[in-house]
Amino acid sequence: MSSTPVAPAAPVTPDVPPRPRTRRPTRPRRLGPGDRLFLTVAIGIPLAALLFFVWLPALASLGLSFTTWDGIDLADIHWIGLDNYQQIFTNYPPFWPAVRHNVIWLLFTALLPTPFGIFLAYQLDRKIRFTRIYQTAIFLPMVLSLAVVGFIWEIIYNPDTGLLNGLLSAAGSSHHIDWLGNADLNLWAVLVASGWRHTGYIMILYLAGLKGFDPALKEAAALDGANGRQTFLRVVFPAMKPVNIIILVVTVMESLRAFDIVYVLGGGVGSKPGMELLSLLITDNIIGESSHIGYGSALAVVLLLVSLAAIGTFLVQTFRKEDQ
Amino acid sequence: MTQQSRNPLAARDPGRRRVVGGLFGLGAAALAAPVLTACGEGAGADPKTVTFGSNGADATPKSAYAALTKAFGKDSGLTVKTNTVDHDTFQKSISTYLQGTPDDVFTWFAGYRMQYFAKKKLCTPLDDVWDKIGAGFSDATKQLSRGEDGKYYFVPLYNYPWAVFYRKSLFKERGYQVPQKWSEFVALAKRMKRDGLSPIASGYGGGDSWSILGAFDYLNLRTNGYDFHMSLMRGKVSWTDPRAVATLDHWRELTPYYQQGAGGRSWQDAAQSLLDKKSGMAVIGLFLGQQITDEAIRADIDFFPFPEIDSAHGQDAVEAPTDGFMLSRRPKNADGAKKFLEFLGGAHAEELYMGVDPSNLAVNEQANTGSYNALQKKSAELIASAKHISQFADRDSDPGFISTVVLPGLTQWLGHPDDGSGMLKKIESQRSRFFTA
Repeated sequence: MSSTPVAPAAPVTPDVPPRPRTRRPTRPRRLGPGDRLFLTVAIGIPLAALLFFVWLPALASLGLSFTTWDGIDLADIHWIGLDNYQQIFTNYPPFWPAVRHNVIWLLFTALLPTPFGIFLAYQLDRKIRFTRIYQTAIFLPMVLSLAVVGFIWEIIYNPDTGLLNGLLSAAGSSHHIDWLGNADLNLWAVLVASGWRHTGYIMILYLAGLKGFDPALKEAAALDGANGRQTFLRVVFPAMKPVNIIILVVTVMESLRAFDIVYVLGGGVGSKPGMELLSLLITDNIIGESSHIGYGSALAVVLLLVSLAAIGTFLVQTFRKEDQ
Repeated sequence: MTQQSRNPLAARDPGRRRVVGGLFGLGAAALAAPVLTACGEGAGADPKTVTFGSNGADATPKSAYAALTKAFGKDSGLTVKTNTVDHDTFQKSISTYLQGTPDDVFTWFAGYRMQYFAKKKLCTPLDDVWDKIGAGFSDATKQLSRGEDGKYYFVPLYNYPWAVFYRKSLFKERGYQVPQKWSEFVALAKRMKRDGLSPIASGYGGGDSWSILGAFDYLNLRTNGYDFHMSLMRGKVSWTDPRAVATLDHWRELTPYYQQGAGGRSWQDAAQSLLDKKSGMAVIGLFLGQQITDEAIRADIDFFPFPEIDSAHGQDAVEAPTDGFMLSRRPKNADGAKKFLEFLGGAHAEELYMGVDPSNLAVNEQANTGSYNALQKKSAELIASAKHISQFADRDSDPGFISTVVLPGLTQWLGHPDDGSGMLKKIESQRSRFFTA
């Protein structure tokens, strides 16, 4: 259909600058009203939802992080500048442990369950017997709801009736280990539970990549006399770059947003000694009977900046290499 | 708690404020309390219906509340629509709940925790209800039901004492004596340990870290007395005060006798070890009774008041948290709701409730206590003889302060009970954030 001079819905206001009017007819319209309506709906609604549910809360958090507010009466929002940040960095006992635990979480996940998931995927791709069963078993934790994962590990870690302490005492050890209660130990106990779940996730991602891998490349490597390790490290791994990037992003994201399994294993009441994480500190301060919305928002902004730094660095690195 | 002095943002533009507020409120409500906000609507302004928000999601309280609402419906011709939410969820989302469309009447706790919402004007004063039910309550209870402005905001239903529980048969078998003084208590714990028992049952794992507060409250009440304890709870004295340090010093004496692996165990499992005679004693509330399934064991359970530490205070304070009801700020059926509250504050309601749930005590003095079991009778005497009644740390203080600062501090310290003053310093550094002068 041909061009229409003015969009029918456009409000006619006297002081509209003339530029759009003069420009508009020069651009030929290729879309009919039906198409345009469709596009408006298809783009407009998600855009509005994005603005309302992502950007508005994000900016509101940023704004609130400079205030104190109990979340009840809007008249009680008081501007206090950088006080919250100053408090958090200098005088909030759980803050630095939480940062440290977030870093430990990231390093642990990136160095153990992720490579292990890749290793399993590589092994299972070699058409060994019962591979389907192995795949299912390893992927199973990912299918379970986190609450269930929490229950399973609670049963394992229970100090009196738990599987782990039962095995230890059966093996003759008289030690009574408080897996989830000991502040020096509980983070690692939770990391094992989280790694159990993460491995299956990475395995299935990598396996999907391997299924689309050109077997000719492997054959060529074999003809050149490469052994298994060389084939994987020099041929398969570099060729799987897109999947590798996804896995890295997934790992970083999962580590930074770590919350749920700690919350479940900690009994659903926020941060516990030894298991503080930034995400838990945020909910500690915002949810509850007397909430400190400003303080919690400031913590959330800190987490946001950390996440942006991690993801941003990674993306810049990736795309720079891509460009070369 | 608010900072009226710093108020540069006090807006002159209610229209815009309202819009922004609406957006925040909507977001917060959508995020925090989907369960709660989903209910409460629909009933509209039906003059025949009263809505009731209950945190009694466990089987026993649930059926006890059901008995109450049914009896009230029969008496008054009104229908009570109950909206039951899990206990922890209810507490966590209470402030969003009260700002949204709450039920007319809701369950809550006496003390500072009630006064906080009264101060924030999220509930309705109940002076007219108290004109009718007041005769049944002692002065101490009246005090517990009033806000800081002197108006009544709370209708109590029951309370329950905290004490040191034990099994009579175990004490008899081993020849243990009930301790009165701190030194006897520590000596008894030592002897139990020698006998191969866990002297003090302990489980504060998962979501149960609140359960250690009972011991903390008693240690502080006995060491420093009620007045200091309340000043400490309300943020009026420093947590690094030498008296608070003395409380922790006493606690440290006891920690070697705590059941091992307490940080990963639930309070129920700890209570079970007492019932199984693996632990000798437990500092816990009368609700321990909910854990008993065998009536023979119930008859074998007894308690003694937390031992005396300083003779100046003796055993004059008893920790007895009181639960009851409040009226939301804009009830849809105010008249019906007040009628319901009058009923709940009456002796008949107490009798009905205690008939189903025998691990609590009626607060209304006119309630018939003839059907009380031995533990209930002894509990009632203990509370009646008390000079001071405290609630519980998270009810006498700002619950946010307790749950995000004091509890993590105390649980961490219990794991390695060495540097008490260092831990108190950490708590103190956060005090001003919650209590402003």
